[in-house]
Amino acid sequence: MTDAIVLDEPQEAFEEQALPATRVRGYWQSVFYRLRHDPVTLVFATIVLLIVLAAVFAPLLAPFDPYKESIVGRLKPLGWRDHPLGTDELGRDMLSRLLFGGRVSLLMGVVPVLIASMVGGMLGVIGGFVGGRTNTAIMRTMDVFYAFPSVLLAVAIAGAMGGGMANGMLALTLVFIPPMCRVAETATTQVRALDFIEAARASGARTMTIIRYHVLGNVLGPVFIYASSLVSVSILLASGLSFLGLGVRPPLPDWGLMLSTLRQSIYVVPLVCALPGLAIFITSICCNLVSDGLRAAMDVRM
Amino acid sequence: MRPLSNGDFRLDPRDRGGPLQPLLIARDLRKHFPVKGTGGKSVKAVDGVSFTVRKGETLGVVGESGCGKSTLARLLLHLVVPDAGELVFDGDLVDTRELPVDELRRQVQIVFQDSYSSLNPRMPVRDSVAFGPFVQGKKKQQARDIAGEMLGKVGLDPDLFGPRYPHELSGGQKQRVNIARALATDPRMVILDEPVSALDKSVEAQVLNLLRGLKRQFNLTYLFISHDLNVVRYLSDRVLVMYLGRAVEIGPIDAVFERPLHPYTRALLASRPSMDPARRIEEAPISGDPPNPIDPPSGCRFHTRCPFAETPCETTDPALGIWEGPQSHVAACHMHDVASGHSRLAYG
Repeated sequence: MTDAIVLDEPQEAFEEQALPATRVRGYWQSVFYRLRHDPVTLVFATIVLLIVLAAVFAPLLAPFDPYKESIVGRLKPLGWRDHPLGTDELGRDMLSRLLFGGRVSLLMGVVPVLIASMVGGMLGVIGGFVGGRTNTAIMRTMDVFYAFPSVLLAVAIAGAMGGGMANGMLALTLVFIPPMCRVAETATTQVRALDFIEAARASGARTMTIIRYHVLGNVLGPVFIYASSLVSVSILLASGLSFLGLGVRPPLPDWGLMLSTLRQSIYVVPLVCALPGLAIFITSICCNLVSDGLRAAMDVRM
Repeated sequence: MRPLSNGDFRLDPRDRGGPLQPLLIARDLRKHFPVKGTGGKSVKAVDGVSFTVRKGETLGVVGESGCGKSTLARLLLHLVVPDAGELVFDGDLVDTRELPVDELRRQVQIVFQDSYSSLNPRMPVRDSVAFGPFVQGKKKQQARDIAGEMLGKVGLDPDLFGPRYPHELSGGQKQRVNIARALATDPRMVILDEPVSALDKSVEAQVLNLLRGLKRQFNLTYLFISHDLNVVRYLSDRVLVMYLGRAVEIGPIDAVFERPLHPYTRALLASRPSMDPARRIEEAPISGDPPNPIDPPSGCRFHTRCPFAETPCETTDPALGIWEGPQSHVAACHMHDVASGHSRLAYG
């Protein structure tokens, strides 16, 4: 029985081989570092930023009042007189309407996703962390919403509540809560199983304290990535609702609504009619690509 | 025999029971985890374990994987709530008005095996260490100061390592942080759940020595769980051997290692690789896997693998002898029970 390991008595000073003196980077710092070295994402992020700025400063940028109609100047092609992008079926300036329409479309793209991430994220974190019956109750309720295709659900809710921008947003929010909740729940369940949660509990921390300090930071990443990918979906769905007459009401300019009313004139001024669609397409594809870049930068196992 | 190492033990200011009151008494602890789809059957992870931990000692807990060691560790902190049995900490019954669980957690802390998952990956390690004191009522800055001090005590420069994230540290450094985290709340007892099992040998030795030094410096009592017998021997004063959710032998470390009473302990000790090539193990001293803890064998749980199994072993469950003092060395085996009817009575 002499196999016991023989060790020196405890040394007072531990010779810790210091790591090379690299700059210590936090998680978000490292995300920004990776983003800075990703030119594709940077380019598309710049485009998104420009679109947002154009929408925000629409009153300054628009050459005309977007509501000013003109009987004589109806459905004019690109570059007609002072209208670089032509006019619509009521003679309103297309450029001005597209700029102002961007405000509505972007709002419809961002606000429902924002509210849904907060509500769905909260439900998911609570369900995932508490587990058991609470979780089953929350997630099965979400599954009920999942049973419908998202477009159908949005149309059904907006249709039941009547049109209008607020109702459209509410419908979209309700559509996005279940997937958001699921993402948050999955992330929380993964975190909950780790020892540091148990260690925090062993220090006497209450559930809410643990969620606040240890869970949220780890769930925020996946939720944010998913939310960014939903923005383009939301813009598309919002345009779809407006196209069907369930979202924004005329004469408020909105890309989907403009597409809907201009489609009868597609043989008269095809290029002008395509413009709102082009705006939707560019915005949503840029949002998607930025979201992909964010995912690549953030989805790192540390 | 090595003298038990609590000679220089000082009583804690929070002491209530006096030097002779054991710091922790576990009485018939039980935890069964229900298994889905088996019709109400359950894994008997810990099935009636009793032991005491005296003030200032290190009690080692050894056993194969799956014998309930880690569940036992979590039961002691009520991280897993026991189904039955009681815990007495310094004379106070835990989870009653005498000593609420929150109060227990101010005095007992735990270090886990997986140094990676026991630190929040999105938190600088100093904040992880400061979290305990902060939760227990210290101001943020105060907690951060304590964290810096504790990092220093475990041999990590707080200015260099404090702001780092766990993925920027090595396994040994992370485990040091975990030890600092456990000590930051000034506990009287630390449960070490395989703290060095995931570390390589040289780092393991450093961390073990660190644990020894900290024990002396902070006047701690350890419950040290490991499957590595050499490590347990190096650190412990007494040892508890577990098999399939039961305690099969308990006694002073040298007594158990030199005169093991239970056939399982003997097999466990024989299974250590020898440093001497001439004493190479030719045959596995213990064969097969441990039985399924959902349906543990009748009688003595070890009888399916025991070379000395006889009829009484299959029918009667042997009891662990009565604890008679710090030097008492007892085993739950019919060969050490005169009344059992086993033919090979070894009056150990």
